[in-house]
Amino acid sequence: MASSNATLRAFLHGLPGVDRVGADQRAAMLGTRSIKTTAKAKAIDLAVSMVDLTTLEGADTPGKVRALCTKAMHPGAGAPRVAAVCVYPDLVHVAAEALKGSGVKVASVATAFPSGRSSLEVKVADTALAVAAGADEVDMVIDRGAFLAGDYLKVFEEIVAVKAACGAAHLKVILETGELATYDNVRRASWLAMLAGADFIKTSTGKVQPAATLPVTLVMLEAVRDYRDETGIQVGVKPAGGIRTTKDAIKMLVLVNETVGDDWLTPDWFRLGASTLLNDLLMQREKLTTGRYAGPDYFTLD
Amino acid sequence: MSRLSVRKTYKLFIGGAFPRSESGRSYVVTSPKGDFLANAARASRKDVRDAVSAARKAFPGWSGATPYNRGQILYRIAEMLEGRRAQFAEEVGGGKKPALEAVDAAVDRLVWYAGWADKIASVYGTPNPVAGPYLNLSTPEPTGVVGVVAPADPLLGLISVVAPVIVTGNTCVVVAAERAPLPAITLGEVLATSDLPGGVVNILTGHQAELAPWLASHMDVNGLDLTGVTDPELALACEQAAAENLKRVLRPVTPDWSAEPGIERMTRFLETKTVWHPAGI
Repeated sequence: MASSNATLRAFLHGLPGVDRVGADQRAAMLGTRSIKTTAKAKAIDLAVSMVDLTTLEGADTPGKVRALCTKAMHPGAGAPRVAAVCVYPDLVHVAAEALKGSGVKVASVATAFPSGRSSLEVKVADTALAVAAGADEVDMVIDRGAFLAGDYLKVFEEIVAVKAACGAAHLKVILETGELATYDNVRRASWLAMLAGADFIKTSTGKVQPAATLPVTLVMLEAVRDYRDETGIQVGVKPAGGIRTTKDAIKMLVLVNETVGDDWLTPDWFRLGASTLLNDLLMQREKLTTGRYAGPDYFTLD
Repeated sequence: MSRLSVRKTYKLFIGGAFPRSESGRSYVVTSPKGDFLANAARASRKDVRDAVSAARKAFPGWSGATPYNRGQILYRIAEMLEGRRAQFAEEVGGGKKPALEAVDAAVDRLVWYAGWADKIASVYGTPNPVAGPYLNLSTPEPTGVVGVVAPADPLLGLISVVAPVIVTGNTCVVVAAERAPLPAITLGEVLATSDLPGGVVNILTGHQAELAPWLASHMDVNGLDLTGVTDPELALACEQAAAENLKRVLRPVTPDWSAEPGIERMTRFLETKTVWHPAGI
C-alpha cells in the first residue's frame, strides 16, 4: 500500500467521508451527558491518571521542569499520579532524573516541534537526542505542508524513519488537526499515521487553535476503532490543547466510552495533553472531598 | 388595535450577562400584600460558583483601574439610576412618595461613595514615622472577591452594601434580598450600561439560606458581608465557614440606611500594604 504516493492516495481517498454535521452533532450530544457524584469522582481520578502534564514554553527552566515532575508524582492528597510529563528534548534529562522509579513516563516532543519545518535528518537527530536523554515517549509532528500538498508518501516515510529512531520508546504522532481543515483530512491523517506505525495519534501541538475539539477527537477515535477491526492492532489517542476544565475532560472520557469502549479507558491507550487542566481536576476533587468550592490560591501555578 | 404587553423575565446578572439559573429553577415574588409580581430566577450553588469565577476574572482589571476611573464609573451608575427613577420607584413599592425618596437616597449614596474613590487612600493610608533612614508608606489595597448578602431594603440597602465594596477595587457576588429581588435585577441592567466591566458586580436572586453558606465556604472568596443575614444561626454558620480561609467578615448590627454611612464598610474590605523606601540623600 505504501509502495508509492499513488497507492497511498488511492487508499486514503478511498476511506469513507466524514459527515461533518453528524460528527459535530454526535459530539455535542455526548457532551451533554451528566456525570455526577461517585461517577464524577471516579472520572476525575481517571482523568488525572491520564494527564500528560505538559510544559512547552521557550521560558522553561530545569527548575520549572523539576517542580512539574514533583507535581506529576504527587498531584494531591489521595490523587493518582499523572501518566507522563511532556517537555522539550533538551530538558528530558532533567525530567528523567526527577521521575526515576516513580512510574510516571517522560514524554518529549521532537521533529522540529511545533511546525515540523526541517529536514528529515534534523528530525531524526532531534528524536534520537530525546530518546538518548531518557524519553519513554516521543511526540512527533507530521509535515502538514506535505500532507496538504498530497505528498502522503513523504509524511509516511518520515513517520517510519522517526519510529525507527525511537527504538523502544513509544511514538505519538501529532496530526495538528487545526491545520488540516477538514474532518476527511483528519481521518486520512489518522490512518496514514497508524499505517506508518504510530503507537498513539495525537490531535494537536497546543500551539494552533482550534486544538482538541470533541468532534475531531471523535473522528480519531473512530479511526483507531476501525483500524483495530481491520488489523488487530490497537492504537492510542491523545487529545491535547484547549482541554482546560474538568467538564472538558469528562466529555472526552464519555466520548471514549461511547466510541471505542473500555479497552481505551486507561492511561495506556488514552491520554489528555494539558497543563492547566490538572489544577481544575484537583480543585474539583477537593470540592468533592471537602464539600466546599476550592480556590486557585491553594494550588501550585505550574 | 390592542397589543399584548411584553413582560420582563427577571434573570441573574453574572459576568455582565443575564443568564437564567443553571438549575432552571424560579420562585414567585409577591408584593408585601401578597399579590403576584414576577417569577425570579432561583440561583443554585453552581450559579454561585460561576459568579465567583466571573468576579475573580474581573478583579485584576477593576482593581488595577485608577481610583479616579472607578469614581467616574460609580458616578455614571448614579446617572443611569437617576434616569430610571420612575421604574425603580415602582419596583421598590410601598407608596409613590417614599419610594421616590428611597431612589433619590440611593442615587445620592452612590455619588457619596463615588467621591471616596480617589480619597480613601489619603484618609486610610499613612506615611509612617519609622526609626531609620526610610520613607515608610502604608496604602490600602482591595482584598479581592467579596460575597455580599444584601439586606431587605431593596434599593437603598443594596446600593449601600455594594458601592463601598466596589469603589475601592474589590469585585463582588451579591445575593439579593430574597423577598424583594426585582430592584436588584433592574440594577443589573443599570450596571451593564454604566461602563462597569462585566463581572465586577454579579447579582444572584434566590434563597439566602441556600446560597450564603456556599459563598461563605468558597475558598476563592476573600471577604464576606453578612448584612442581610437576619437568622443568627445562619450568620454563625457562615462566619465559621468563612474562617477556613480567613475571609474578612462584616456582620453589623441592624444598620440605619438613612444615616451617614461612614467609611467602615469600605475599610473592612481593604488590606494594608506597607512599603519601605530608602530615603534619598
